[in-house]
Amino acid sequence: MHSEVKAMPARVITRSEVDWTPYLAGAGIGILSWAVFAIADDPLGITTAFAAFSGVAAIPFLGIEGVWHNSYWAKTPPSLSYGTLFLVGVVLGAVASAIATRRFSLETVPRVWRERFGPSVFRRFAVAFAGGAVEMYGARLADGCTSGHAISGNLQLALSSWLFTIVMAASGAATARLLFGNGRFANRGDPKCHSL
Amino acid sequence: MPFPLSGASLLVSAVLFGFIFGWLLHRARVTDTNVIVNQFRFRDFTVLKVMLTAILIGGLGVFFLHAGGLASYHIKPANLLGVALGAVLFGIGMVAYGYCPGSGLAAIGTGSLHALIGALGMVFGAVLFALSYDWVKAHILNIAALGSVRLPELTGIPDLVWFAGLAVLALIGFLALERRPRR
Repeated sequence: MHSEVKAMPARVITRSEVDWTPYLAGAGIGILSWAVFAIADDPLGITTAFAAFSGVAAIPFLGIEGVWHNSYWAKTPPSLSYGTLFLVGVVLGAVASAIATRRFSLETVPRVWRERFGPSVFRRFAVAFAGGAVEMYGARLADGCTSGHAISGNLQLALSSWLFTIVMAASGAATARLLFGNGRFANRGDPKCHSL
Repeated sequence: MPFPLSGASLLVSAVLFGFIFGWLLHRARVTDTNVIVNQFRFRDFTVLKVMLTAILIGGLGVFFLHAGGLASYHIKPANLLGVALGAVLFGIGMVAYGYCPGSGLAAIGTGSLHALIGALGMVFGAVLFALSYDWVKAHILNIAALGSVRLPELTGIPDLVWFAGLAVLALIGFLALERRPRR
């Protein structure tokens, strides 16, 4: 009988180690797309409804008249529409999943940010606000986001959506390299950097 | 012809579909800033796996629904300059915010306070866009505007060939990713 433990081979992923969650969730989103195309006739998307509803937030600054006469909000008026209620559902679904999996927790500075820019909450909030503003302006200029273009548009093989996705991926990778450095080779083996 | 719901049942289904989408985004872990940012650093490929699977499964189903007259396409216009400029801004904003608009909203539901602050930024960005819309429409959206074009019509290559090619690429990519030694 061999009692000694065999030397561990080089660490290689085995079949049982594959995390199927991203594939299953992706398949779920794909099947959800069938339903929204056939039943709601309104593909998965976020920013069209979000921008329309932002007109409400602009009322204190521009006045009802200012919003009413704006040509963008005249085209997509702020209303309690399908798209707006969809956004409410997104937040509720995430709450439900977070509670069901006991992963609801308050977060002010995510780990990847803290490791690079330190624990300052103000700095994180300021960049999150600016990032959100730039992202939404870009989404409206391109007429879609990661949902409306990169999922719904790509699955319809739309030229605009594939262009959006490729340019967005390149721009994001360049930004990540500038902001966070090239993580592919940095800190390898540091357990704190394990992304999960 | 699709059979869209209307009235109250449509609005109820809006919340229901949104609920499922938010639930799946959280399950997929794309409501985690670390996952989003590390995708752009090529350290975590969760986002790519989720999106490619959704595009393939969703695309094949919608293709057959459309062929059977049960769904309509909704193609966003290929205003090439606007889409390209918007995508550049979007990529910058997504890495700085740490979320895409949908996963940011979902992340608010999981307790992310910086996602909430970024969502206020998104409102600000939307207002800025509305205020600049007339200028953008006159000077950017009309440049290289090809209309609502799909790749199959543009290239003459049929839908199913596109999906088959995409599936082969995805399969090769997924296999390579899963065989990589884990950090």
